[in-house]
Amino acid sequence: MIEIDKVTKTFGAGDVAFTALRDVSVTIRENEFFTLLGPSGCGKTTLLRLIAGFEPPTIGAIRLSGRDITRLPPNQRPVNTVFQNYALFPHMSVAGNIAFGLEMLGKPKDEIAKTVDEMLRLVRMEELKHRKTSEISGGQQQRVALARALAPHPEVLLLDEPLSALDLKLRKEMQIELKRLQSETGITFVFVTHDQEEALTMSDRIAVMSGGRILQIGNPREIYERPSERFVANFIGASNFLNGQLSAGSVTLEAGGTFTVEPPQGVADGKVSVLIRPEHVTVAGTGTDGAALTATVENVVYSGEATVAHLKLKTGEAIKARASNLPGASGLLETGVQVGVSVAPGAVTVLVD
Amino acid sequence: MAESRMQKPPKGYSVRTLPGFAIVAIFTLITLYAPIAILVMFSFNAGTSMAIWEGFSLRWYQQAVANEAVQDAAMRSLFLALVAASVATVAATMAAMATTRTRHFPGKTMIYALINQPLMVPEIVTAVALLIVFAAIKVWTGHTSMIYLIVAHTAFCVPFAYLPIRARLETMDLSLETAAQDLYASRWLTFRRVTLPLMWPGIVAGLMLAFVISLDDVVITEFVKSAGQETLPTYMLGQLRRVVTPEVNAISTVILLAGAILVSLFFRLTSKRG
Repeated sequence: MIEIDKVTKTFGAGDVAFTALRDVSVTIRENEFFTLLGPSGCGKTTLLRLIAGFEPPTIGAIRLSGRDITRLPPNQRPVNTVFQNYALFPHMSVAGNIAFGLEMLGKPKDEIAKTVDEMLRLVRMEELKHRKTSEISGGQQQRVALARALAPHPEVLLLDEPLSALDLKLRKEMQIELKRLQSETGITFVFVTHDQEEALTMSDRIAVMSGGRILQIGNPREIYERPSERFVANFIGASNFLNGQLSAGSVTLEAGGTFTVEPPQGVADGKVSVLIRPEHVTVAGTGTDGAALTATVENVVYSGEATVAHLKLKTGEAIKARASNLPGASGLLETGVQVGVSVAPGAVTVLVD
Repeated sequence: MAESRMQKPPKGYSVRTLPGFAIVAIFTLITLYAPIAILVMFSFNAGTSMAIWEGFSLRWYQQAVANEAVQDAAMRSLFLALVAASVATVAATMAAMATTRTRHFPGKTMIYALINQPLMVPEIVTAVALLIVFAAIKVWTGHTSMIYLIVAHTAFCVPFAYLPIRARLETMDLSLETAAQDLYASRWLTFRRVTLPLMWPGIVAGLMLAFVISLDDVVITEFVKSAGQETLPTYMLGQLRRVVTPEVNAISTVILLAGAILVSLFFRLTSKRG
C-alpha cells in the first residue's frame, strides 16, 4: 500500500519556480492496477518519480506499507520502474539486464540464474536471452524492460507511459500482456498514461490529474459514467454538455425535458451543467412527436462501427448522438431535418463546475 | 548531428565545379604533405645530406637506435607522456562527470572555461609563467626531478583528454544511471557497472589524444626542463642547432608513425556510435 500524503513538489525557486504537484493525497492499494491519467504537464510523471525516489517532495510524505520512505534514496526502495524509453543497458545482454537488479541485491548466483530464466519465460523471450539489447525490436525491448523491473520482485512496479513508443497493434497486445503480468505476479502496478482508452481498459482504479492536482479517483466505470468535473468528462470519452436547472433531485434542461439525477455533494439547486454521453442519446426518428427534445440534423459522420449525428437543439446548444451500426440498417439521416431526441434514463450527470 | 543541420546544396550544384577548385586543392595538399613526404624520404638517404639523394639505406635508423642520447630522450618522452596523459585523463574524467552528470549550477560555464584554459592561453605565455614559478621553486627547494615536467604536461593535457570524454558522456542517456539506481545500485556501483563501461571508449580516446599531445610538446618542455632532461622533441631541436643529419628525419618518421596510429585509433573510437 502506497500512501501519498499531502505532497507538493516545486521545481526551481523565485520567479522561475514551477509547482508540478499541489497538495496531492492518494492511497494506492496492495495488488492494484492503479493509473495516473492526464494530459502532458499534469504532474503524473512527477508523482511517479517521487514514488521511485528520483526526486524528493517539497512538502508532504510518502509511505510504503506504513513505512515512511519520503527521504529514502531510490536504490533502497522496493520499487522498480519501467522507463518510457526503456533505459536498457546497451553494454549488457538481455539476460545481463534482467540480472542487474538481483546482482545489486547480492542474491546468490544460482538464484539469479533461476529468476532470470523465470522472467524470460514470463515475458516470452527465452530464445533472445543472449542477444544484445540493440539487436532486438522495440516491442522486445519493452518486454526486457518489464522483466528487468519485475525480476527483483518489487512491492510496487512503476510504469511511465511504457506503451507510447509502440504501434497500435503491439500496444493492444502489450495492454493485455501487462494485465496478465500484474495478476500473475500480484505486484501493485502504478501506470502513467495520457491515453484515456488505455486507462479505462487496464485499470482497477484511475486518478485523473490536471495542473498538478488529482481531480477524481475512481474505477473506470465511475470515472466514465460519473465524472465529477467538466475537465474529467471532456478528457475521457466524447461528451455533450448542456445547461439546466436543478431542483429537488431532478434537472430540467433549457432545451426541454426533465430527468431524475443524483446530484454530487456540494451542488446546490439552481443553474447547473450536465453531461450526457453521445451513446446515451438516441435520434427518435423524424418528426417531433413524443420526444422530450427536438433538434436539427447538422452533420452525420459514419465511422464503420458507429454513426455519430451532430445535432443542434432549439437553444442553439450542440448535442451528439452515437449509434452502433447494425447490419442492414437504413441509410443516413439527412442534413437539415427536424428530429426528436431521447436520452436514456439515468444518463444525465450533474457536474461540479 | 552536424550533417543533418547542414543545408543540402541545390541539385546539380557541386563545389568541385567551382573555378579554381582543383588548383586550390592541389596547392593545399602539396603545402601540407610535400615537406613531410620529403622528410620521410630523406630519412632513408644513404648520404649525410638532407637535400641530395644518394641512394636508399636504413643507416640513420640504425644510428638513431644506437644513439644513447636518443634512447635516453625517447624513454623520457614515453615515460612523461604516459604519466602525464594518465593523470590528466583521470582528472578529465572526473571533470567530465562533474560537468555532465549534475544539474546546471551557477558558474558551470566558468568551469568549462577554466578546464579548457590551456587551449586558449598562448603556449609561450604558459611556458614563461611556468619557467618563472618553477625556477623559484627549484632554487628554493633545490629539487630538480621530472616532477616539474610531469606537472606541466599534465596541466596542458587535461583539456585534450576532457573533450572526447565529455562528448561521449553527453551522448549517454542520463536515464541509464537512473535505471541502475532504481535497480538497487549504489552510487559507486552505478558508476562502475554502468557509467564507466559506457564512457570507456571516450576515456581511451582522451588518453591517446593526451599522450600524443604530450609526446610532441616542445615549447613548454624547453622552458620547464632542468639540465639533462631532454625529451625527444627538445633533443631534436638541439641537434638542428648543430650538425644536421638525416638521423633527425629518421626519429621524426618514427614519431610521425606512432602519432598517426594513435590518432587513427582515436577517430575509430570516437566515431563509433552508441
